[in-house]
Amino acid sequence: MPTLLQLMLEFAKTGLFSVGGGLATLPFLYEMSDSFGWFSHADIADMIAVSESTPGAIGINMSTYAGFTTGGIPGAFLASLALAFPSFIVILIIARFLAKFRNNPHVEGAFYGLRPASLAMISAAGLNVAKVALVNLDAYAASGAISDLFLWKAIILGVMIFVGQRKLKWHPVVFIAISAVAGIVFQF
Amino acid sequence: MNELLELYWTFLKIGCVTFGGGYAMLPILERELVDKRNWTTMDDLRDYFSIGQCTPGIIALNVSTFIGEKRRGVTGAMAATLGFLTGPIIIILIIAAFLTNFASLPLVQHAFAGIRVCVCVLIIQAVLRLWKKSVVDPFTLALYLIIFVLNAFSGVLPVKVPAAVLVVCAGVAGITASLIRNRRTGSGQTGKEKEEK
Repeated sequence: MPTLLQLMLEFAKTGLFSVGGGLATLPFLYEMSDSFGWFSHADIADMIAVSESTPGAIGINMSTYAGFTTGGIPGAFLASLALAFPSFIVILIIARFLAKFRNNPHVEGAFYGLRPASLAMISAAGLNVAKVALVNLDAYAASGAISDLFLWKAIILGVMIFVGQRKLKWHPVVFIAISAVAGIVFQF
Repeated sequence: MNELLELYWTFLKIGCVTFGGGYAMLPILERELVDKRNWTTMDDLRDYFSIGQCTPGIIALNVSTFIGEKRRGVTGAMAATLGFLTGPIIIILIIAAFLTNFASLPLVQHAFAGIRVCVCVLIIQAVLRLWKKSVVDPFTLALYLIIFVLNAFSGVLPVKVPAAVLVVCAGVAGITASLIRNRRTGSGQTGKEKEEK
């Protein structure tokens, strides 16, 4: 039970401080992974993929997933509700003072600072995913050879997807499916 | 009671078809809420989105809460929000049950190793897309770099600053910088000008 309460508190905190949409929850998820070990860094990367391929935002998906692994089905529901709760209250309040909120210069000012901050933390999360996906730190530490540091197959795939996405503009789920097949065929 | 059920059901449906979240759901909301049900107008919807973006939490959820509250007050907001949450929770429960049972299979592991590469690229694309709107001048660039270093290298730095503290500090820094600039130029338009750039 204390774990479940802790889980709800952590996801409520995430819901309160992640501003600017789905990926903004990532720094909080990495913090949770480091401090409580409810899920691994690789789990977070996998859940980003799951979130891009299923309806619903990454925050809800991760709270459901972490809730399920630590507290079964009740845990899944409680963690997701905890994530949704702070913003629910905030929106109820704002709905009453809509016009005032829109025209408040301090809100604009805060966003002038929050946008680059949120982007910086998304970039850091990207670096975290790259650490799992593109390099093999263990092999590098063991052999000390730079060629062992990089997962070359993964990097080639990454470049191809990057170019492909820019040119073709397909839905991300298509590229995720292609990557899954490439991972199986080329034994990533 | 009937309208509450309708709110719940409508947002349950919307929650099941919005891939990718955020602005991806705007056309779906427009069809379901403006065209079919006349619950709101396109202009209001855009307002809810811009507010949903600059308040904490998930944008899609915030928009659901907004429309629910507009229709039926607090209970309406609850019905819409819970409706939106229902689909994703059930889908992830199924996937989580699958993952805990099959994650150890080599086939699944190879597939996810490939998928992680794609996720990495998707995040890079998102950063590139958001860059122009977020990093607009030396101040925002400095803020970006400081927060990136503090957050990305928290493991090797002597102090670990929690993400929540970084968010609050960035908000305060943004307000302060805007105030200083306004005082210097004597106009109250800094925020608007930033938007247009």
